[in-house]
Amino acid sequence: MAASIAITLVVIEDDQPIQRFLRTALEAEGMSVFIAATGRQGLVEAGTRKPDLLIVDLGLPDMDGSEVIRSLRSWSSLPIIVLSARAQEEDKVLALDAGADDYLTKPFGVAELMARIRAHLRRRDQVQGSTEQSFRFGDTRIDFSTRMVTRRGAPVHLTPTEYRLLTVLARNTGKVMTHRHLLREVWGPSHADSSHYLRIYMGHLRQKLEDDPTQPKYLITETGIGYRLVAADYRYG
Amino acid sequence: MNNDGRPDPDTLLEKVQRDEAQAARGKLKIFFGACPGVGKTYAMLSAARILREQAREVVVGLVETHGRSETARLLEGLEYLPPKRVSYQGRELAEFDLDAALARKPALILVDELAHSNVAGSRHPKRWQDVEELLAAGIDVYTTVNVQHLESLNDIIGGITGVMVRETLPDRVFEQADEVTLVDLPADELLQRMKEGKVYLPQQAERAIRNFFRKGNLIALRELALRRTADRVDAQMREYRADQSISQVWQAKERLMVCVGPGDDSSRLVRSAARLAASLHADWLAVYVETPKLLRLSEARRDKVLRTLRLAQELGAETTSLPGSELVPTLLAYAQERNVSKLVVGKSSRSMLARLLRPSPADQLASQVDMDVYIVGHEPEQSAHDALTPAPGLVLKTPPREKRTGYFWAAAACAATTLAAAGLVNVFDLANVIMLYLLVVVLISMRFGRGPGIFASLLSVGVFDFFFVDPRLSFTVADTQYLFTFVLMLVVALVISNLTASLHYQARIARYRERRAESLFEAGKVLSSALTAGQIIKDGSVRLAGVFQSQVAILLPDSHDRIRQPVEGDHGDSLLADPDLGVAQWAYDHQEPAGLGTHTLPANPVLYQPLRAPMCTRGVLAIRPSDPRLIFQPEQQRLLETFASQIALALERVHYVEVAQDALVNMEAERLRNSLLSAISHDLRTPLTGLLGLSAALVARPQDAANKELAPAIHEQALRINALVINLLDMARLQAGGVTLNKHWQPIEEVIGSALRASTELLAKHRVATRLARDLPLVALDAMMIERVLCNLLDNAVKYTPPDTLITLSAAIRGDSLEVSVSDEGPGLPEGMEERIFEKFTRGERESSSPGVGLGLAICRAIIHAHGGRIRAENRAEGGARFSFSLPLGTPPQLSPADAEAGEG
Repeated sequence: MAASIAITLVVIEDDQPIQRFLRTALEAEGMSVFIAATGRQGLVEAGTRKPDLLIVDLGLPDMDGSEVIRSLRSWSSLPIIVLSARAQEEDKVLALDAGADDYLTKPFGVAELMARIRAHLRRRDQVQGSTEQSFRFGDTRIDFSTRMVTRRGAPVHLTPTEYRLLTVLARNTGKVMTHRHLLREVWGPSHADSSHYLRIYMGHLRQKLEDDPTQPKYLITETGIGYRLVAADYRYG
Repeated sequence: MNNDGRPDPDTLLEKVQRDEAQAARGKLKIFFGACPGVGKTYAMLSAARILREQAREVVVGLVETHGRSETARLLEGLEYLPPKRVSYQGRELAEFDLDAALARKPALILVDELAHSNVAGSRHPKRWQDVEELLAAGIDVYTTVNVQHLESLNDIIGGITGVMVRETLPDRVFEQADEVTLVDLPADELLQRMKEGKVYLPQQAERAIRNFFRKGNLIALRELALRRTADRVDAQMREYRADQSISQVWQAKERLMVCVGPGDDSSRLVRSAARLAASLHADWLAVYVETPKLLRLSEARRDKVLRTLRLAQELGAETTSLPGSELVPTLLAYAQERNVSKLVVGKSSRSMLARLLRPSPADQLASQVDMDVYIVGHEPEQSAHDALTPAPGLVLKTPPREKRTGYFWAAAACAATTLAAAGLVNVFDLANVIMLYLLVVVLISMRFGRGPGIFASLLSVGVFDFFFVDPRLSFTVADTQYLFTFVLMLVVALVISNLTASLHYQARIARYRERRAESLFEAGKVLSSALTAGQIIKDGSVRLAGVFQSQVAILLPDSHDRIRQPVEGDHGDSLLADPDLGVAQWAYDHQEPAGLGTHTLPANPVLYQPLRAPMCTRGVLAIRPSDPRLIFQPEQQRLLETFASQIALALERVHYVEVAQDALVNMEAERLRNSLLSAISHDLRTPLTGLLGLSAALVARPQDAANKELAPAIHEQALRINALVINLLDMARLQAGGVTLNKHWQPIEEVIGSALRASTELLAKHRVATRLARDLPLVALDAMMIERVLCNLLDNAVKYTPPDTLITLSAAIRGDSLEVSVSDEGPGLPEGMEERIFEKFTRGERESSSPGVGLGLAICRAIIHAHGGRIRAENRAEGGARFSFSLPLGTPPQLSPADAEAGEG
């Protein structure tokens, strides 16, 4: 997928070993990498380098990662991948709610990082040239115009809520959707705290659309954060 | 009276508690007979032999065969505990060896003659107390008792047979026996046996005993024994009914109160009350009201009251001594407070006239109360040889010297008044002279009390007659009218002196009570401010020594519950020299007072009072009074008990302060350790990310042959360190107590799914199956944490099983919890490691090539415990290990009806 046009990335990260390894790994994939050690510098780089994707570390010395994302989102819809330490679920949720598309927990492997970067670049391309008529993942096809969902050609009966949930996920394929975000989109603002609704309906969708609901391939749980619909398996393998 | 047909919850609770206590105790079986010779010992031995044939461990503690061969034959083949030889007054006596029995600790022991009195100097004065100790040690006991030895029947039987039995058994022991078997023999057969010489009679008392074995006596005794047994069976029946809730006849519990006085027949009164209480199945109280008048009784009388109260206690009563100015109101107030339904009082022995003038307490009670009043008949015993001699109580005793000076001052005052009056009589009327003398009487009684007061009134009448009434300087009286004056004057003087003296006396009692209260208050103040046990011992013993004029030692246990010698210098000057640690230990272990004046080793000059606090016994107070009565007067005894409990409370408080301080220090240490751990983990993680990333980049790159092998090796080691750091960090977080579970209602399927996804790489070489019950409810859990548990369990399974084996994840409802388990087909757990494996730094194999330091399972346990669940490991019958944890089910929130529609699809 790394096309002839060089892909430009901006990495906002203050830790030197990680800077070095990101640069090595990404440049090895033929991408051009610009590294900023502070949030402010990162915003400047993002504004001037015309990057295709941003990688933002949440623990920056000068400003909060979520803040950086929020100000980026005020003028750009670039894919943003967040890097964070373990046990910082709230920070991740904040960053995702601020507009980040995905997150990686330190320490992470190069393969996983590359898979995520590619998935988000692809998604950006799809959104840009999308037909908006139908969406396909695995054996399942959603026809937005007829509101029909079929699996291996046979129609699948979904309740209105299930359909709404599925479409919200489908329109944001590959993107991590926080519980709060999904609840607001599907049930409305009054249900922002009823996360068990979401879990129950997610279970229903998996029962209907996954081969093994306990080992889902498409409707992925991001534990403690939210859900994500994966159209193609982008994991390393 | 509540007759609502339900068991009283208090009664049931009491029963449950009693059952629990009884379960640990040995069982007591009594072979009960009407009189000697009915074959109790024979029956007991026969029963024991049957048990021994059933392979029960039976030991004969002490059995008197009285030379009867048929009884002696039964003893053959039974293990026999050698009796303790005690020499007493030149004779050698065989006594039951309690310590040997406790050391031998058989399942069942036979001890004949429960009512036997031990030789002076034994641990307990009575054998039944030995038996209590055996029972407390969990040993079953078989024993024998004759009806005449029962305390409450003692006087009745004495009346029937004319033989008073000294050796008595408290009815409580009989009532609380687990089984009573009546050994019955009709009177004629017994007499026949006697004729055949089958009943043992000691030679020296043969005549008296022959008198005892008259047919009439035997029949009466047999009736009493049968009736007593029937009463017991009846009580058992009631209890059974109460247990089974069969009957509607729930009797409200009666409470009976007997008023003990200083009279001679008070012990008779107490015995009657005990019988009445037993027949009514009532609780009973024995109360002594200590009015100022009664405080003036002689020592002997006061001791008698004490003895009566103790008798009542032995017969099962709760005893109290109430201070009060008037008998009847005090009694009534107390009776109402304790919900007493029946009052028992003695019949007044006073004459009709006296009763008309001032009604006796019994009459007053009967007229004032709406409860039942039983008046027990009066029976002159040994006559009132110790008449009411007005002597002040011990603590209030006026020193004899002061008494003599009192009389001297009375005489002197009369003389002075006479001199003064001689001068004044020319000016004043004789009536005013009388007033002057009355003034003297008042002053003398106020200052010196009743005796000098009365003396002064008599003297003044005489002097007045002699010096001022015509003819002067003679006791003859010319005008008979003066005789009337003398009588009036004497009566007025006596009444005044009496009144003043008792006022004075009451003031002194009040002062004394105040002093008592003050000493308690002072002690309380000092003890509550003490900061160390040493300080408490010092302050407590100094105060006790002062109040009770005694030598005192406060003995504390060491960490193994052994009483230690007091530390020199802790007690000040009043230290009790070498207290008997054995007795102190006994008192401490049994939580009962021992030594002086108690049931245990009463000959010891020192009283050992356990220091009982709410949580446990904190030590023993050893006190050696200069005069035993200083301790055993009721009010002094109460004071001592209050002191003891204050000291115990203070010791307990100090103990808990120490515990709290230790805990604080531990917590501080733990916190420090954890913050260090988490700081290290954090600092390790950042370079690790770099290392991992860089090594991964190295792996991905085309390299020469040598590096091709090295790069993956570096990467793998980095991954290992990473796993270790993650575990350390988790453990530190969990232990720092900073973990607040982020619980949500979740389907367990989802958590299992994400755990499997997170472990994909790990599980690559194994087969995985999930077996989840359908329609599992939502469970409140922290998904991150439970995912971590599952990942650790999966990691563990992979680590200890060969590749290509099956790992099964299953979840099902079990009882009120959800059980999730991870099973493998590996070698299983080493024997005995099932629990230890969850400890920190413990691993199944001693030296394993598998990486990890054994934190994983400890983390799992900490997380599951934080969820209120349980985790365990076991070997599966079909091979392999199974780790399972349970999570409590709750009531998951419902979808609102508006949304339920959608759920149907």
